[in-house]
Amino acid sequence: MNVLSNWSVRIGGLVLALLVLVAAAAPWLGTVDPTLFDAASRDLRPGEAGEITTLEGDTVKHVFLMGSDSYGRDIYSRVLYGTRVSLVVGLTAALLALFFGVICGLVAGYLRRLDGVVMRVMDGIMAIPAILIAIAVVALWRASLTSVVIAIAIPEIPRVTRLVRSLVLTIREEPYVEAAVSLGTPTAKIMFGHILPNTIAPLLVQGTYICAFAILLEAILSFLGVGLPPDIPTWGNIMAEGRVQFVAYPHNVFFPGIFLAVTVLAVNILGDGLRDTLDPKMAKRV
Amino acid sequence: MRRLLALVALLAAFSAGAQDKVLRVVPHSNLNILDPIWTTQYMARNHGYMVYDTLFGTDEKNRIQPQMVEKWSESPDHRLWTFTLRPGLAFHDGAPVTGEDVIASLQRWGKRDAMGQKLMSFVERMDTPQPNTFRIFLREACGFVLEALGKPSSNVPFIMPRRIAETPADKQIEDATGSGPYIFAKEEFKPGDKAVYLKNTKYVPRKEPPSGTAGGKRVYVDRVEWNLALRDAQAQVNALERGEVDILEQPAFESYAPLKADKNVQIVNSNPLGFQYMCRFNHLYPPFNNQKIRQAALAAMQQEPFLRAQVGVKEFYHSCPSMFTCNTPYGSPKGSDIQSKSNMRKAQELLKASGYDGTPVVLMKPTDLAAIQKLPEVAAQLLRQAGFKVDLQAMDWNTVVTRRAKKDPPAQGGWNMFCTAWVAPDIWNPIANPAVGAMGEKSWFGWPSDEKLEQLRDAFARETDAAKKKALAEDIQARAFEVGTHAPLGEYIEPLAARKSITGFVTGPGNLYWNIRKN
Amino acid sequence: MLLVVAVLVFLLLRLTPGDPAAIMAGDAATAEQIASIRAGLGLDRPIAVQFGLWMQRILSGDLGQSFYFRIGVATLIGQRLEPTFALAALTILIAVVVSIPMGVLAAWRFGGWFDRALMGFSVLGFSVPVFVLAYLLIWLVSLKLGWLPVQGYSRLAAGVWPFLEHLILPAITLSVIYIALIARVTRASVLEALGEDYIRTARAKGLSELRVLVRHALANAAVPIATVIGIGISILIGGVVVTESVYAIPGLGRLTVDAVLARDFPTIQGVILFFSLIYVAINLLIDLSYVFLDPRIRY
Repeated sequence: MNVLSNWSVRIGGLVLALLVLVAAAAPWLGTVDPTLFDAASRDLRPGEAGEITTLEGDTVKHVFLMGSDSYGRDIYSRVLYGTRVSLVVGLTAALLALFFGVICGLVAGYLRRLDGVVMRVMDGIMAIPAILIAIAVVALWRASLTSVVIAIAIPEIPRVTRLVRSLVLTIREEPYVEAAVSLGTPTAKIMFGHILPNTIAPLLVQGTYICAFAILLEAILSFLGVGLPPDIPTWGNIMAEGRVQFVAYPHNVFFPGIFLAVTVLAVNILGDGLRDTLDPKMAKRV
Repeated sequence: MRRLLALVALLAAFSAGAQDKVLRVVPHSNLNILDPIWTTQYMARNHGYMVYDTLFGTDEKNRIQPQMVEKWSESPDHRLWTFTLRPGLAFHDGAPVTGEDVIASLQRWGKRDAMGQKLMSFVERMDTPQPNTFRIFLREACGFVLEALGKPSSNVPFIMPRRIAETPADKQIEDATGSGPYIFAKEEFKPGDKAVYLKNTKYVPRKEPPSGTAGGKRVYVDRVEWNLALRDAQAQVNALERGEVDILEQPAFESYAPLKADKNVQIVNSNPLGFQYMCRFNHLYPPFNNQKIRQAALAAMQQEPFLRAQVGVKEFYHSCPSMFTCNTPYGSPKGSDIQSKSNMRKAQELLKASGYDGTPVVLMKPTDLAAIQKLPEVAAQLLRQAGFKVDLQAMDWNTVVTRRAKKDPPAQGGWNMFCTAWVAPDIWNPIANPAVGAMGEKSWFGWPSDEKLEQLRDAFARETDAAKKKALAEDIQARAFEVGTHAPLGEYIEPLAARKSITGFVTGPGNLYWNIRKN
Repeated sequence: MLLVVAVLVFLLLRLTPGDPAAIMAGDAATAEQIASIRAGLGLDRPIAVQFGLWMQRILSGDLGQSFYFRIGVATLIGQRLEPTFALAALTILIAVVVSIPMGVLAAWRFGGWFDRALMGFSVLGFSVPVFVLAYLLIWLVSLKLGWLPVQGYSRLAAGVWPFLEHLILPAITLSVIYIALIARVTRASVLEALGEDYIRTARAKGLSELRVLVRHALANAAVPIATVIGIGISILIGGVVVTESVYAIPGLGRLTVDAVLARDFPTIQGVILFFSLIYVAINLLIDLSYVFLDPRIRY
């Protein structure tokens, strides 16, 4: 069944493509520097006009399409630039989790001696709720793009490891693999040449779910005050700063919230579609 | 049947009236340290005011008034002070308060508090000729004995039982027994959840009306519950509006608009002197080890943008060109021109002339303290406009606290600048104010070094004449601005919000819970 | 596994920047004061010695004392158990009661409007961040309608209705995700079962449709549902910090986060060990439940 003919893949993919486009084109879509503020323009409602002070010291007139936050920054600009960060965080965290998960899974599944140790460690990580691991990693080191991405990726590694490990264990029993082993093919070649290609499909599906979770987790970390530094606009940060006045000025939480929900929705739908086409066995289970 | 119902209703009304009056408070932060001598945290201080009493207090007009002391006298050469305690003072375990308890408490306080340390450097010895009397013998005349004993804010010289006060000053006490108007209900304390204080029915208040931290501390409720779990600002507003809590100690600045609009809520300014913001330079490393660069930064950091962004509510803030609290004896604008009469153009020129080489300013920003977390952003923008390079690093407040104590170079875990807020009494004179101390590495974080400033401060400590003290304070401030110890960023108030049924608020540097009635 | 977790957490805490002594010492502390606090907390000894001492205590059942409060870690955890478990239980209850019938209905009317609506809603369910949902619910139910309190937790001992009314909104907020998950899982399993021969046999035997669905098809879903519930409980015990923050519920998640931010090492270590124990216990319980739920499984 062709991947691209599945409606879920089409819808999810289209929405994501649009978001990527918006993220890339942010500087040209009527935005200003998302970190600039002028306290005279704080808490403007969507559509109101105000002023922004540039770094050179000039004052510029500006219409705040989505309103302004409590510093006086333009939410429209922050949301658009925030798309970049949220997408990058989601993608990088997912890739990181996949990368390490694959390595650990291959090792655990193929090298019997290390299986026990690796799976114990993975169990240990799974025992602790993902949020707590992420908070601990970010709080214990400095809050930066790198540490947040790592913090989000770590809790996802065990699931990928388990997936890859079980795939490895199954594939290892296949006749052609046993043949390759008896021919003396090096372990590395077997792992990367035979086993890995068969894991691509389920990993792709798993990866999209991780990406969705990562984007949500970043928002939650920012909400709790342990996410990315506030001068990097992310949807989570915008909502975190706006939570204090949610009832009076809901636009702070509303606009980034919509973008967040739509993005995560699109990624999840894409994942569903990929799963239906690439990995029908898993589709039946969830 | 009707008679039965009437009887039930009567009983219900009767028992409702006989129920405890509970005051539900949402404090400004979590309570995690119960020793107000060991830490300067304001939450510990507020806890202290509940369960302990003090020798002297500071009233609404900032005059020192006796509290536990009934009468006192000073020898003509100012070197012997004799105090007599009021009758009826007793600790929560029933033991009477004696001079020995007082001396032990003062000694412990004198090891931790800056003003206390300074006082103790004048003290030769203390003794207690009778249980209700104690004496302080000074090596030489000291101009601030009563100001120190009646100090309203951190660290407050609370009086504890001798056995507890003998705990070494670098260990926390384990027992919250005091002689104050409330008793700490230790069995009901759940960290992060709630702290409970019960009325001390045996407390003997003074006859005068309450004023500041002085006067009669009468309690009109049976229980005070501090809600430590409710930390979300929007949820705090919601809870107050619905009557689920009675008092919000420090609502977020953004919350005042909706609170003002609610007809069941009143905004009460019980701390009119309020707080002062400041940003502190690290004098040990570039770029701020260069006086000219510090002056350029001072010129760039105008107070108005900070106050507008952080506080926002116009009635709550005002610029104050003084390092000591405006509208108090030492709050004068002398020497502040470098900041208050500057503009961005001037700042840019000063920076160019100083030979600034582009070293980035590592500016620490806390992400979890709503009251001060916008200051670094404003500072970063202003400094950048002046031509500085700024590296704004975000971390939680506890990390800021850890890091600012480090003397390492900024690139290796150190820092160049951070911002914070102090309550007025902590900075209103040159002895209490930690930021104008310039003893190099012995000073408050930032470690400025200037002999002239220290000489002036020493002279102030010894001076007993009020007019001379004022003149010295002005010179100290002028010198501090010249040296560029730190950048004062204006003053603000953060009034509490309460249900309209709560009355009797006492004016003070923190939240005080005697005299409060719940109607 | 517990040992591995213990070692990892212990090392992690001591090798990271952030000094509990400096945090506790406060603003005006000097270097000597901070150093003596460190000594008092036992942090100046070599890491291996600290670990050894800690393990000794653990094995004798003592989780140590929090750096901040002169209160045992076990007590701190104990204070949080009631709210945490109460919230978790109510959440799972709501989720199960709502989602299973929905899943069965969706599978029964496969491809129909209800099925599509359910699938759509469930994806939405895991796409909206918890705090947005929480704020919306509070705004609607507590502020606008005034039906329920906006925050707080009331002990069961203080009355059943206050206890319930404080938990309803947080439980509903949390259950949305589990409703979505369990509904999907139910739907998929029932769907799979409905295609089997034994269903046709049951129908041919003349059993009512309801009985067919519940007794036969749903039984197939029992194991996957139990698995999801197992995972859910683990997360509900420690990972619902946001809900605890917004609703001011003194739960274990909040305890952990506060301890992490305060660098309260003993509390962090104690809580992590506790979570590991819970995780193991739940896995065991779920595995055991499989025996009852699926007669085909034998150990």
